[in-house]
Amino acid sequence: MSTSATGAATEVRAPAGPPRVRPRRRPWLAERLQTVLLGLGFPLALVVAWHYAVVGSGTKLIPTPYQVGLMMADFAVGGIHDDAFSGTLFTHLAASMERVYGGFGLAILLGVPLGLAIGMIPLFRKLLDPTLAVLRPIPVTAWLPLSMIFFGLGPRSAVFLVFLGAFYPILLNTIFGVRSVDPKLFEAAAMLGCDGSRIFRQVVLPAALPSIFNGLRLAHAFAWILIVVGEMTGVPTGLGSVIMDGRTLSRTDLVIAGMILIGVAGFACDRVIVAINNRVLAWSPQHHA
Amino acid sequence: MPDGTDHPRRPFLAIRDVGKVFEIGDERVEALHRVSAVIDKGEFVCLIGASGCGKSTLLRIVAGFDAPTSGAVTVYDHPIAGPGSDRGMVFQDYALFPWMTVRENVGFGPKQKGLPAKRVREIADEYVAMVGLTAFADRFPHQLSGGMKQRVAIARVLANEATILLMDEPFGALDALTREQLQDELLQIWARTGVTVIFVTHSVEEATLLADRVIVMTAGPGRIESDNRVALARPRDVSAPDFNDVRRRLTQRLTSHVARRELRTAA
Repeated sequence: MSTSATGAATEVRAPAGPPRVRPRRRPWLAERLQTVLLGLGFPLALVVAWHYAVVGSGTKLIPTPYQVGLMMADFAVGGIHDDAFSGTLFTHLAASMERVYGGFGLAILLGVPLGLAIGMIPLFRKLLDPTLAVLRPIPVTAWLPLSMIFFGLGPRSAVFLVFLGAFYPILLNTIFGVRSVDPKLFEAAAMLGCDGSRIFRQVVLPAALPSIFNGLRLAHAFAWILIVVGEMTGVPTGLGSVIMDGRTLSRTDLVIAGMILIGVAGFACDRVIVAINNRVLAWSPQHHA
Repeated sequence: MPDGTDHPRRPFLAIRDVGKVFEIGDERVEALHRVSAVIDKGEFVCLIGASGCGKSTLLRIVAGFDAPTSGAVTVYDHPIAGPGSDRGMVFQDYALFPWMTVRENVGFGPKQKGLPAKRVREIADEYVAMVGLTAFADRFPHQLSGGMKQRVAIARVLANEATILLMDEPFGALDALTREQLQDELLQIWARTGVTVIFVTHSVEEATLLADRVIVMTAGPGRIESDNRVALARPRDVSAPDFNDVRRRLTQRLTSHVARRELRTAA
């Protein structure tokens, strides 16, 4: 190892032991701060632009961010407008979450086992593949009339529509996960004495997990997107119904408040799924989100 | 034999008239043509040959992953019907379970036997230590280097009490230094455990260094060209003149056939 004249002082110590790991807290914190600042800065700039666009054009159709903020505060705790929506945020949020997670949960309960079966058993694949391929392109909104006939005007219809939207991403990603398990892992398991149903639990399921989680995240996003459609079916509560009410009453501030709430709730719940994903898939850093 | 189960007349591993035909669409490709060999317990055998000579196919048939089209492979006269824990494969690309730690990978075989968790852990730790990875027992495969992964794969097979270690170009993807180190460790493990090794490689030097016997195979269809005993004393010195003699002889075996084939296709 040659020592250059300028680097002599620092290089003398180097061969004595393993290279010391530099304390990385400060760059990590700075990076974190930058991420947060940039992530918050852009929407803040949008809000400012929104404000000046509304004030500058003098439109009465779109409220300013301040008016939406007031609406949001009234919606949450009341005391400002004191109308039918005051202080009802959590009732509506709870109702929507119940439907989102009802539909999402049903989609998991049906989509994961069915996906595993289709991925593993050729008979299932032959039986169900053509049907699913035809059903899949039908938009969820097209199911609205039938869903109302099946389940009536009410929350069950909303749950069904959320379920439909969440089902396919979970199903398809589970099938994909099972079918893309490295065949060598089956051979390795077989030579180590693992067979039959044990292969399924010990090899197929864990190997397919990254793909299944991928499906869950996609489906979760769809579930929140579809809640508005689901709550168009004439339910009295839920963020979707609030947006629909806002539309009929020309309360655009209410519409925008509902939109923001759905976005924030969906984002917050996605972080929970990501946290679970990162914990369960600690063995596979390329599947971390 | 003291226990009476190994009758001296019964060969340990016998490959008899094994043929393998792959059908791809309407095409029939004969990968192996009447291959026969008898391998003794504890032998270190290298299969060597140009690509397409069927050496990996033969290994997979012995492992039980593929069935021969004709002929049979037997262990103590019992025909091989499928993968079994008496034969363990070490793949070139490791095939470790990525969601399991080093210890869980190595303990996978014992766990399948239904041993209590404590015993599984003891066995796993013993074999993890044998390949020198105790400090890495709780790591996941993605946190290991190629050489370490291959050590885990070897330990995984040995922990399962395999008596035949099947290795399909196991060190082909490693750098030269790591490869030398692993060759060394493999020889030590082989000497210590008495396991039978069938080792596929395309490096004449690797075969000369490792094997008691080098089986040279040729392609189109795959068959055994020659079966060569390597009488060099161990540990072997790659720079010794007698090592060079063996290597040259084996290289001639390998290339004379390649040259003949080229002439034939040119004609």
